[in-house]
Amino acid sequence: MRSDGSQSAPLGLKVAAACGLLFLHLPILLIFVYAFTTEEKSFVWPPPGLTTQWFAVTWNRPDVWQALSLSVRVAAISTAIALILGTLCSAAVSRTKFFGRETISLLVILPIALPGIITGIALRSAFSLADIPFSFWTIVLGHATFCVVVVYNNAVARFRRTSGSMIEASMDLGADGFQTFRHVVLPNIATALLAGGMLAFALSFDEVIVTTFTAGQQQTLPIWMLEELIRPRQRPVTNVVAMVVVLVTLLPILAAYYLTRDGDQIAGSGK
Amino acid sequence: MTSAVSFQKASRHFGSVRAVDAVDLDIAPGEFFAMLGPSGSGKTTCLRLIAGFEQPTSGSISIFGERAEGVPPYRRNVNTVFQDYALFPHLSVLDNVAYGLMVKGIGKAERHKAAKEALSLVRLPGYGARRPGQLSGGQRQRVALARALVNQPKVLLLDEPLGALDLKLRENMQEELKSLQKALGITFVFVTHDQGEALSMADRVAVFNDGKIMQIGTPEDIYQRPKTRFVADFVGSSNVLPPDFVQRYSGQHRWGSLRPESIRVGRTASGEGVSARLVSTNYLGATTKLALDADGLKLHAIVPAGTALPVEGETVMLTFNREYLHLMDEPV
Repeated sequence: MRSDGSQSAPLGLKVAAACGLLFLHLPILLIFVYAFTTEEKSFVWPPPGLTTQWFAVTWNRPDVWQALSLSVRVAAISTAIALILGTLCSAAVSRTKFFGRETISLLVILPIALPGIITGIALRSAFSLADIPFSFWTIVLGHATFCVVVVYNNAVARFRRTSGSMIEASMDLGADGFQTFRHVVLPNIATALLAGGMLAFALSFDEVIVTTFTAGQQQTLPIWMLEELIRPRQRPVTNVVAMVVVLVTLLPILAAYYLTRDGDQIAGSGK
Repeated sequence: MTSAVSFQKASRHFGSVRAVDAVDLDIAPGEFFAMLGPSGSGKTTCLRLIAGFEQPTSGSISIFGERAEGVPPYRRNVNTVFQDYALFPHLSVLDNVAYGLMVKGIGKAERHKAAKEALSLVRLPGYGARRPGQLSGGQRQRVALARALVNQPKVLLLDEPLGALDLKLRENMQEELKSLQKALGITFVFVTHDQGEALSMADRVAVFNDGKIMQIGTPEDIYQRPKTRFVADFVGSSNVLPPDFVQRYSGQHRWGSLRPESIRVGRTASGEGVSARLVSTNYLGATTKLALDADGLKLHAIVPAGTALPVEGETVMLTFNREYLHLMDEPV
């Protein structure tokens, strides 16, 4: 496995790296194993027996479906809002110069830098101050605050790498603002938006803290899982759901990773 | 006759920077017009004023008799070849060229036919399926040209289009652009900082400095009869002679310009002429450039290759034909 010119790492370093990776990923594997255990009240190692019955049990639990459906809807709508606002904002910041541009850029990024609990408390007090009842839409608003950042960051990076004169060239050739956006800007930032959107969806899908502060009676999937851990009934159902969550969030993140990596060629300017 | 492009006291100020300052300009239809000047002299801003990317702060601009202020770039019958070509990387070469027709709503078959013709015009037939990223610099330049020409503009603007090409390619493109312009009869407005390019290609040249036009004229006018010290120095690095020196030869107390190639360098330090010390020689192939010092006055002379040269440090005698000494308008 030794490539030309590069030296193999010493054995000690290899072992340390392997241990580090195992420490990060073994617990996730444990979650998967417990999804098949026959013991339902507590997690015992090794599992006394293996069964697939929990998949059927999970399938027939309406509360799981409600939580899943709520999480998907919240993530989808927050992502949609983030795509629109994030694109507009990044276009404004990277295409024009105006007073306070740097400040706006910082303020947009701030929600993701702030601890979620602060965003959560702030939103909760703002909602109650304005007498807005907690609902589906308050969760969506809470999630959109950090989803916008992800889309914004991706789009700004792409805008920076696209040649500015392309937009002028399009205008010069007779395209108005809308046509230029549709035929030149959008194709050039599409993969960045897709990547940003997927990350935003994944972030929203497993968000707990902000949701705790902005949700009323509804339970998103992560909140539902927290509740389930407290009540020791049909415990492996949580593990089955956890497996699903891992898959649902991992796939888009992987896709986003590959999309932005290949994006280097797409965004190359005409030089 | 209506001018193709006309500036009346047109200015473009950016804050306190006067990028273009009260410029008057008339470009005739079918003319190959060059805007020449150092970087920051306002020539590119003038081009952007014609294209519509900038609006004049004051004064007015008209294109074929129509007032251009407030008209966005996409409603002007003017197209630009950008310095960095600005091709669309996500479109094929054919779709790049057909872009202008596509946004005008012309059908696919028709616009692709026109785009193919435009590609043949710039001698790139059969390159339509490629991506801009797969082309060389010279080929991209031709695609940018075809993309502009396919719209049949009344005025074609070229922003330093040859700047990124190597010397050989640049010379080829100069000739090609010139013959293309002759064949199409479109008004070309060409921005460059290269005086050789401006002189060899243009019908008329405007020399810019500090947002103002210093002189407009034919290449010969500009080269032989510069009006100011700046023009004399910038176009062809002429020897600018101080009024006291000029008075001795012409009897007039004015700034003078003497082309380096008009100076003859003699080895005998006698007879009528200016005695000077040879500071350095610079071999340029077909010619040799001599740096001279005539009693504190720095002069340059260009002599053909093969001339017997004095040694550096030697004193030589400079002579010139009085008629080559050009007196400039610039006030003393």
